[in-house]
Amino acid sequence: MLSSFFSDTLALGAAQAVVAALLALAAMVVARTQRIHIERETVVALARGIVQIVAVGSILVFIFRGPGWTGSIVLAFMVAIAGLIAARRSQALPGAFRVAVTAILVGAGTVIAAMTALGVIAPALTSLIPIGSMIIASAMNASALALERFEAEVLSHVGSIEAGLALGARPDVTVRPYLHAAVTASLLPQLNSLRSLGIVWIPGLMAGMVLSGTDPLYAAIYQFVVIAMIFGASSLTSVAAALMVRPRVFSGADQLLVRLPSEGS
Amino acid sequence: MGSSTELLRTEHLSRVVDGVRVVDSVSVAVDRGDILAVIGPSGAGKSSLLRLLNRLDEPTGGTVYLEGRDYRTIEPRELRQRVGMVMQSANLFPGTVVDNLRFGPAQRGIDLSGPALARLLDDVGLAGKGDRDVARLSGGEAQRVALARALANEPRLLLLDEPTSALDEDARREIESLVSRLLREHHLACIIITHDRAQARRVATCAMVMDAGRLVQAGKIDEVLDA
Repeated sequence: MLSSFFSDTLALGAAQAVVAALLALAAMVVARTQRIHIERETVVALARGIVQIVAVGSILVFIFRGPGWTGSIVLAFMVAIAGLIAARRSQALPGAFRVAVTAILVGAGTVIAAMTALGVIAPALTSLIPIGSMIIASAMNASALALERFEAEVLSHVGSIEAGLALGARPDVTVRPYLHAAVTASLLPQLNSLRSLGIVWIPGLMAGMVLSGTDPLYAAIYQFVVIAMIFGASSLTSVAAALMVRPRVFSGADQLLVRLPSEGS
Repeated sequence: MGSSTELLRTEHLSRVVDGVRVVDSVSVAVDRGDILAVIGPSGAGKSSLLRLLNRLDEPTGGTVYLEGRDYRTIEPRELRQRVGMVMQSANLFPGTVVDNLRFGPAQRGIDLSGPALARLLDDVGLAGKGDRDVARLSGGEAQRVALARALANEPRLLLLDEPTSALDEDARREIESLVSRLLREHHLACIIITHDRAQARRVATCAMVMDAGRLVQAGKIDEVLDA
């Protein structure tokens, strides 16, 4: 209906955004009748959301018009930011940022490079950047979950780890179960995505392809391809993060460096 | 202490954590056969000292000599095999009693034989209970397994960090007499932390008193406790 009023796509988009925002505000009003006050959060979130996404859209317009090599710079920037975010919740782990960035670079970088070389991801910036960003974002989540879970497991098993060390065990032996738990936990979201693909949810990429007129069957298959790439990148990232963080929690003299501050008696 | 049969000696051993001297220039020696009780109030640095001896923590000053050799020149894994440690909590690994006893020797590629396991279980009063899941053990039984697990490594010195503090009175007495017997039978030197002076008198041959990280007094058990 709106499309009959607007011939320009930007004007149409703005009108659609206004309608969608009004719907969200209407939900806020309904909540208010039940004395649930989310007015401020809703207005701020809506304003922030539109500003951020329009800014990204504008940047993408600029980037898509640029030379092909700018794609590498954009993806490298994304990896750096992803590393920062992934490491933020694991402050007790020494060198968490370096570990997260390297792991994401290894996991997401390998998959993006290999899939682009094989032609699964088109080298055009309009394809490389959106799909690359999805892969990097998932690698970031895998890295964050793996590091956070590993830190929590180590902190809650300090006694067992030091009991193992005190018996002459190698450090990697003492944290092996916690490393396995961290990697497994970090991959659960991706495993669930694969399991529920098409049944519980129809992912955004497929929906977008169908909306833009692509054959739904091809869109479905390509969505699987993307989810599989995301799973591969997440797995590689998670394992890389786990392997890199393991030696960092021990000193050169096999002493556990990550401990709750309870020393002295 | 400090004779030609010297097993371990600390020289100005110190550890500073966040500007606090948790262990402050402690110099003490332990001979073969000594059972040294470390006594002192909470926060005196007793556990911190024990952790330094096993090198679970790194000294910030001074060092430790094990059989005359600076322990920083000994591989940490070898050092910890020679200097066993039992902590306040048993910290048993998931699995059976026997799984726990096998752990230490397995780190050196040694698979404990059936008779060796039976002997260890018998030593700590757990004969026939090797296949029990450690999750089902009582506190006293778990501490017995922790003791046997440390002994399985055949250490020369055993560090005991208040091994009876988490136990009820009956279990405490049982573990105490067990420790005394095991040290005697295995000809082991031992450093035991205790809050209980009566326990120190019953178990130890010598004692050292710590306060605020410092060594305040050391000597034969009666000299220290009666001073």
